[in-house]
Amino acid sequence: MAGGAQGSGVDSAANIFGRACCYGGLHVYGKREYHSNIKGLHSYFHIRISKREVRADLDTVDLLCTFDAESVVRHAFEVVPGGGVICDAEALATRIFDIPTWPRPFVEEFKRALDEKGIKPVTVGDLLNELQKNNVKTYAIPYMDLLKEIAVELGEEKLSRLIRMINVLALGASFGLVSFDKAHVEKAIKTIFGEKPKIISMNLLAFGKAYDYAQQKFGAFGFKLESVPTEEKRIFIQGTQAVALGKLVGGCRLQTYYPITPAADESEYIEENEVLETEQPAVKQAGGSMLVMQTEDEISAINMASGAALTGTRAATATSGPGFSLMVEGLGWAGNNEVPVVVTYYQRGAPATGLPTRHGQSDLRFAMHAAHGEFPRIILSSGDIEECFYDAARAFNYAERYQTPVIHLIDKALANSNKSCRMFDTSLVKVERGQLLNEADVKNKEYKRFQLTESGVSSRLPLGTPGVVFWHTGDEHDEQGHISEEPMMRTKMYEKRMRKLETADKEIPAEERVNFFGDADATATVVSWGSPKGAIREAIERLDKEGHKLNFLQVRMPLPLPKKYIADVLVKAKVKIIVEGNYMAQLAGIIAEQTGINMDYFVLKWNGRPMSTDEVYEALQLIMLNKAPKRQVLTHGT
Amino acid sequence: MALKLTDYRTPVFVDWCPGCGDFGILSAVQMALVDLQLAPSRVVIFSGIGCHAKLPHFVNTYGVHTLHGRTLPFAVGAKLSNPDLEVIAVIGDGDGLGIGAGHFVNTGRRNIDMTVLIHDNGVYGLTKGQASPTLKLGFQTKSLPKPNLNEGINPVALALASGYTFIARSYAYDVRHLKDTIKKAIQHHGLALVIIQQPCPTYNDINTKEWYGGEDQIDPATGKPVPRLYKLEETGYDGVVRSPEEAISKTVAALTKAQEWGDRIPMGVFYQNELVSTYQERISKRIPSYLVNPPAKQAISDTSGKSITSIQRMLEALKVTG
Repeated sequence: MAGGAQGSGVDSAANIFGRACCYGGLHVYGKREYHSNIKGLHSYFHIRISKREVRADLDTVDLLCTFDAESVVRHAFEVVPGGGVICDAEALATRIFDIPTWPRPFVEEFKRALDEKGIKPVTVGDLLNELQKNNVKTYAIPYMDLLKEIAVELGEEKLSRLIRMINVLALGASFGLVSFDKAHVEKAIKTIFGEKPKIISMNLLAFGKAYDYAQQKFGAFGFKLESVPTEEKRIFIQGTQAVALGKLVGGCRLQTYYPITPAADESEYIEENEVLETEQPAVKQAGGSMLVMQTEDEISAINMASGAALTGTRAATATSGPGFSLMVEGLGWAGNNEVPVVVTYYQRGAPATGLPTRHGQSDLRFAMHAAHGEFPRIILSSGDIEECFYDAARAFNYAERYQTPVIHLIDKALANSNKSCRMFDTSLVKVERGQLLNEADVKNKEYKRFQLTESGVSSRLPLGTPGVVFWHTGDEHDEQGHISEEPMMRTKMYEKRMRKLETADKEIPAEERVNFFGDADATATVVSWGSPKGAIREAIERLDKEGHKLNFLQVRMPLPLPKKYIADVLVKAKVKIIVEGNYMAQLAGIIAEQTGINMDYFVLKWNGRPMSTDEVYEALQLIMLNKAPKRQVLTHGT
Repeated sequence: MALKLTDYRTPVFVDWCPGCGDFGILSAVQMALVDLQLAPSRVVIFSGIGCHAKLPHFVNTYGVHTLHGRTLPFAVGAKLSNPDLEVIAVIGDGDGLGIGAGHFVNTGRRNIDMTVLIHDNGVYGLTKGQASPTLKLGFQTKSLPKPNLNEGINPVALALASGYTFIARSYAYDVRHLKDTIKKAIQHHGLALVIIQQPCPTYNDINTKEWYGGEDQIDPATGKPVPRLYKLEETGYDGVVRSPEEAISKTVAALTKAQEWGDRIPMGVFYQNELVSTYQERISKRIPSYLVNPPAKQAISDTSGKSITSIQRMLEALKVTG
């Protein structure tokens, strides 16, 4: 784990660390936690490294790599026996309760923890001495002394110009302790700092210095991080980037957004890569692009995306809860006007501003029901970073096939996690545009945009198609798109729209809507959606080794809910357990409404932190041992 | 074959109140389209919610009747996606300057090459005559229980401050002037706004046809009414910016003219500046292929449905092994 004040390079240190491990053939999963603050408050990156694929976060820390005193105290008790704490030698004398950024609830919590342990440390050094008794070693690195040496070597007079490299010193010490191959780290530093040769050389120097210092001063940590040869093509990618790439491959060509955490990263990444290359020579010549529009608010964002979608462009917007609240009216217009618009919805701690930079998974029902009136919509929910990519592309197919808004639910845990993934297979991405016609299809023919059809889907033409005109309105309308308040037309047009949902339910196969892991005859069935997927899979693997057999049903399309499939699984399930990140057990409620089947156990969480493998394992284990209450609330995470 | 007025009419019954200024605006829009011989399929008219918003249903072009106050984002989305469309956004004074004021201002910043027509009658007609954002302080139109406590927005000044590069006023009952002004707006290279003064015979009993006609102010010399509306072009006023140095002085002149209201109300072009880059031009600097291959015209898959977008460059940057 790497921790420090926001703005002190926690992210870049973690990125270098993660990439370096990836270069060494290891699998990496990194979770990022930060305050709603620009500079000064505590943030950290927790990185798991393994020879096997890693899918979720753990509660414990093996090596705590800190830039400041606060990070030591915050995470001290998470370090396992045999683990270590890397810290600034100057931080040892810091008095724990003098740290100015402590929030009161933390101080009270921390004092309680000290009382429980019966210890009374005054300084950071005292605390680390207490940890030593638990076989947690301290590796104090004189960051400032090392920086002074570097300054002399670089001929730099102002030490303040080098202070930002404390992160790389801490990183260097970490890798030194585990004797990791220097070359991988150096390659990562070069990649992260891109085309800035001076910064690269400064950071390489800092890295090498701290690496050597740690090795010479402390010797072996007791664990050597070995590289693993691999032939597999992998990428190291963040959730928001996976969504962005899915949209690009999926043919999205216009995205709107209003700045909001954690959605904005996606739009910015697209904008950086707005000029596209295509594989078709004719198009290649003309050049492709994806236009990103930063709008004045989210009301504008969804409506601008709808305006673009009406011209035949695959268009999307990306937001999180507060922004989606503003989009609701526009969502209804898109539904009534059969507009294939995609909304990428990054859930975070809610309601209101809630926990703007923290995890939450409480907006499923809102996404399902947002906007007045009834209209069809499709909701996708991704469970990991790979799914974020493929679902982001598929969302447009559903939007165009059923000519209706598609909401792609993601959450902060996925948005801000980095993972080593098998190289995305773009050949799996199919572009299905549904009944999208062109000029030739309608030449000299009568055309009705909202023609009443059996399936509910009418053929669609982009605005501007020569030889035709039609209308759109938020009012109820006739087949041409003109306002109509006639009861017969109202009845028929309303039914036509709603029928599309039935058509979608019939046409979209189960394998696109659920994942099922494990044996059908397991002793218990876990049901979930979204980011808990990784922790659940790992917890089930652990329980399997203990002889507890569980299977896992992951719902990837909450609307239309594949209720027959779900009912078939749950009817056979001996014990039914829902795991989700909200208070009301929203998915469990939806399943109960639509199948009549109730869960036996509830494992829920809403403390703003993603579910860890450890706590899901503990909760499921209690259930398997028949010792669990009906409802367990998870509270881990810092 | 030349397009005629009838080519721009639809069979939909026009359901505005008798005497409504919207009839004049509808005629002027159709006449401008005829004069410019714009093919109906190239034109998209967007509208918001309110009396004005029904206009697209009566014009035989593509019509998109959107949400209250949200016309401009829809219009911008369509125009940026397909810059070949001739986009006309029709908004109301309540719709565009009240609930949609944020979009009105921010659309100005972008200078997108399209036309905005604002129907300004001082009231919310369709909800039975409440005060709109342009109704002046202290005025009490027919259905207001009490006089208006808010100062009216000055749309010319707001548009100037927001970055509109063509700002004109016209009058719903002067169809010829209105048609000519709309034509200029459509032909303007950049974001054009036409503020259309429009009596509401049902709910605005102050700013009536007679009031605009000056029937309450008789010239003692001639014994004839002195119309409130006068044409800027007939006074020698020239709002066109012809060199960058003129931009500030012409803005100040327009802002000064914009203050005139009451006995004398100027019509015509307050300000026009084609030297400002359009949004499309700004995009083209970043995306050189934008105008030849805009979002709506890009092929995204081959005939088998395989995506043709390459993300190799991005994947390469993210690649760590293999």
